[in-house]
Amino acid sequence: MRLINRHPGAMAAFVLGLIPFALLIMVYAMASQERLAENPNDKLLPGIEQMTAAIDRMAFQEDRRSGDYLMWVDTLASLERLGLGVGVAALLALLVGILNGVLPIVRASLAPLVSAASMVPPLAILPILFIVFGLGELSKVMLIVIGTAPIMMRDVAQRVRELPQEQFIKIQTLGANSWQMVIRMVLPQILPRLIDAVRLSLGPAWLFLIAAEAIASTEGLGYRIFLVRRYLAMDVILPYVIWITLLAIVIDQCLRFTNRRLFPWYNAGGH
Amino acid sequence: MSFITVKNLWKEYGQQVVLENLNLKVARGEFCTLVGASGCGKSTFLKMLLGQERPTRGDLNLVGQPFPAEPDRNRGIVFQRYSVFPHLTVRQNVLMGLELEQKPLLGKLFGVRRREAMQQVDEMLASVGLAHAGEKWPHELSGGMQQRLAIAQSFIMKPRVLLLDEPFGALDPGIRGDMHELILSLWRETGTTIFMVTHDLNEGFYLGTRLLVFDKVRHDPQQPEAFGATITYDLPIGQTDRQLYESIESSVSQTARALSV
Repeated sequence: MRLINRHPGAMAAFVLGLIPFALLIMVYAMASQERLAENPNDKLLPGIEQMTAAIDRMAFQEDRRSGDYLMWVDTLASLERLGLGVGVAALLALLVGILNGVLPIVRASLAPLVSAASMVPPLAILPILFIVFGLGELSKVMLIVIGTAPIMMRDVAQRVRELPQEQFIKIQTLGANSWQMVIRMVLPQILPRLIDAVRLSLGPAWLFLIAAEAIASTEGLGYRIFLVRRYLAMDVILPYVIWITLLAIVIDQCLRFTNRRLFPWYNAGGH
Repeated sequence: MSFITVKNLWKEYGQQVVLENLNLKVARGEFCTLVGASGCGKSTFLKMLLGQERPTRGDLNLVGQPFPAEPDRNRGIVFQRYSVFPHLTVRQNVLMGLELEQKPLLGKLFGVRRREAMQQVDEMLASVGLAHAGEKWPHELSGGMQQRLAIAQSFIMKPRVLLLDEPFGALDPGIRGDMHELILSLWRETGTTIFMVTHDLNEGFYLGTRLLVFDKVRHDPQQPEAFGATITYDLPIGQTDRQLYESIESSVSQTARALSV
């Protein structure tokens, strides 16, 4: 049988999926053990004990200086920025995307600007944001908005234009005006697609968040990672990276689940 | 004054002539079937009736007034596909037109008025044979059922003209027969003026009151876009003469071959 026609069963697929993770952990554990055997104070590849100790110190003990539980303070600050940034970007994308997709007059005047804006490398204008909005929360949120909104706007406009032309004609024959067309036909069909767009833009959003926090911040997951880098504190950095990854996975799956629950017709192939 | 008047109507896209010198009078309540080879302008003519396209020259009048330049609630349409809204259940799909008409801002009905409208919807669904499927999503329906839904959606608006663009083209032959009966019975009940485009000459001979054959009279092999199509046969239905059927069939397929080169 040809290789392309051989499909693993459900159990086999699960095991096959686990193997790379297991291998990665094994290789790390071996390397770490070797280095620690040579020098118990080695910082580059901390063992499981050092890392759990670091997590315990960061998440479950008050910080001696500030009295905060640092990991939770960092997580909360980062999620707040991320949620605010992505939320504002999604709302903007919905508004501009629908206008661009539905109204040819708006599209003619706004689409070129959106396309140009989506080509600007967001990190290149980070200094401008710091100058204009200061070093506070606003500039970090703005970076996420500016980094993710234009692409989502284009995506939403594209999705609107992909709705079958027949439906646009049909709803006109039912007497709809342009506004009714948007709220009864376009908006409800675009919302699940917007959630998909948000899921895709979460990756860039994390990138911009951590970049902004690394440069100017006083708390946040990205701030902490870059702070402890000075002490080569891999025992903190590695758990933080894993924690960020876990958060990203959980957020993504929550959005997927929400999409399924709210829009049953969308996920059953009804579009 | 006749209901629909077409006078010296031309449709051109740049150099390409699609329809040339169309003349037609249609009385209220007629059921016209439009047949012809692909590219002979039947769908273009239907789009002009719908308001999606405008004639290049000539008049297209509804009771003496030019046809509105955009689709409106007086002209219903059923396409071959994508005529129903995937994000609404069957009942909501039919309800939509009534809601849009009564609520210009929200486009949605609530409470007593919604219940009243729903009664109308359920009657409509019963008459197209979808009474049992009211709470289903369109993607759960078969192709034939989706077309029944699209027909119900249009008929509940009581349009003055109903346009059908190859509505049964994608259906199995057996289902097609059921749909013919459905559309004929709705037509007799409501007296709506119907135009139906079809590929199937047989369907044209069997349904409705009048058969319009779109065909090219002149054809230049060097310059196929130079001449447009026009109505070559305009027959009252009932005159189902075998010989005539075959002669139309052969002329239409000749044009189809010439166009596909």
